[in-house]
Amino acid sequence: MDLSVSIGSLRLANPLIAASGCFGYGVEYAGAVDLAALGAVAVKGLFLAAREGHPPPRIVETPSGMLNAIGLQGIGVHRFVAERLPELRRHGAVVIVNICGTTIDEYVELARILSDAEGVAALELNISCPNIKEGGITFGCSLTGTHAVVSAVRKVTRLPVIPKLTPNVTDVASFARAAEEAGADAVSLVNTFLAMAIDVETRRPRLSNIVGGLSGPAIRPIAVRMVYECRQAVRLPVIGMGGIANTTDVLEFLIAGATAVQIGTANFVDPLLWSGVLEGLRAYMERHRVGAIGELTGSLDTSRREHAWISS
Amino acid sequence: MLADVDATVLENRRLSEHYSVLVLDAPPIAAVTQPGQFVMLKPAQGSDPLLRRPFSVFEILRGPAGEPAAISILNKRAGVGTALLYDVEPGTTIRCLGPLGKPFEAVRPPAEAWMVAGGVGLAPFVTLATRLEELGTPATLFYGARTASELYYVELFEALGVRTVLSTEDGTRGVRGRVTAPLRDTLSATPDTTDIRLYACGPTPMMRAVARLAADHRRPCDVSLEQVMGCGLGGCYSCVVLTTLPGGTPHFVRSCIEGPVFDAQHLVWEALEG
Repeated sequence: MDLSVSIGSLRLANPLIAASGCFGYGVEYAGAVDLAALGAVAVKGLFLAAREGHPPPRIVETPSGMLNAIGLQGIGVHRFVAERLPELRRHGAVVIVNICGTTIDEYVELARILSDAEGVAALELNISCPNIKEGGITFGCSLTGTHAVVSAVRKVTRLPVIPKLTPNVTDVASFARAAEEAGADAVSLVNTFLAMAIDVETRRPRLSNIVGGLSGPAIRPIAVRMVYECRQAVRLPVIGMGGIANTTDVLEFLIAGATAVQIGTANFVDPLLWSGVLEGLRAYMERHRVGAIGELTGSLDTSRREHAWISS
Repeated sequence: MLADVDATVLENRRLSEHYSVLVLDAPPIAAVTQPGQFVMLKPAQGSDPLLRRPFSVFEILRGPAGEPAAISILNKRAGVGTALLYDVEPGTTIRCLGPLGKPFEAVRPPAEAWMVAGGVGLAPFVTLATRLEELGTPATLFYGARTASELYYVELFEALGVRTVLSTEDGTRGVRGRVTAPLRDTLSATPDTTDIRLYACGPTPMMRAVARLAADHRRPCDVSLEQVMGCGLGGCYSCVVLTTLPGGTPHFVRSCIEGPVFDAQHLVWEALEG
């Protein structure tokens, strides 16, 4: 039974990736989770410099989901390379580094530094964080911006380049196309949905940043639809995410068109979920006689719709 | 070692219409919990509410052979999750992850330990008092609540050899007023030569006042903070508090892994809500 998947030149032992922003720098989980058993670990988004992020409250729970506005607090790329990366390597983790800049030059600089570092498997370009004022999502919300960041990073690295797309656009598939044209190796989606919650007693926003990103099971059906749309639009591997909490959710994304998936918010609730989800995938493959998990990718059966006697 | 246990609720002692003590069958957690550590509980199955909640381990309960068998948590009904836990019936299964966080460091004799608890802030002090008794450290509990009926488990502390100084806001038991009033008086009446460490847990204004008193009297003070927490493991960066070292710039640190116990003088108290 083959659980491995390919993302550009990168081969992952299985399709489960810890989502950026939901797994610290990975090392926080080393005592609880076998990092080497994950397909990969996408570490918390890194800028060149250290950042403090937003004041609390940074999260609030909503129906079947949560809003966050952390503001990309982080240690900066240099400390990451010096302190966290060697530890991740020791644990045998496949490391995807999520990078974020306010200018294209910063993305390029980050890509250069990380391409020279030992133990980086791929770069995920954060052009979709809804919680910072400049950079990031301003590239991700413009087709020319997306194209420009991806092609600039492409020129300076041999590592697989994976722009992480925002769902806060009219047509996410067009952004996947822009990424493909600019030389991306894959796209990952979705980042969180820009959202808001209010305490009606005090009339104050529940987040210090007023708005934040919605994640969790609440967004899953929208994310599945967007992965499906991107799969139709590009030949690139799609890494799907958005509210995945169990094996069934993983399968839904794979069938919709994802080659691999990321698990984020569910990791907060159930940090030890990984081995159970993998076990579930194996059981499904056995039950459905699937030899290689890649066979599931984009295997959505729409034939019934084509034969329907009422059509739109 | 961290464990995620499907813990059966053995008992739900409803102390009042707001407070309950939930006893959870969780031997692997009971066996390794240090004073002041916490667990993350999932109040209900399914995705609404979605996240777990942090609770200090209140008691470590032992089985017939004296082996650590269960833990309890002190729950105060305040929101959706705590209301669900207040209502939960024995036999229900609750996901329980722990133990988590940095524990209290219990001082050794001849130093004295003074614990200061407000309301549900009593929660981390049973485990600390137990450790202090093992060490033979003289211990005092300053414990304040709104009214006499909300002062819980005073006998439990007395049985552990803890001197108790009680206060209620309505004067129905102990000193009338806030817990900080008897603390201030006792601190003032104690010679500087007595080595004392303060430990505080309760509402932020109370801990802020205790921290100020401790600083005024040049006494070390550890506080156990309760922040909104997403994961408890350092993954989400939501439970941060602003800390500063002497001469340093303020910096957000995660209270789940760098706390929940902090040296009071490292916290930027103005930045804390409440």
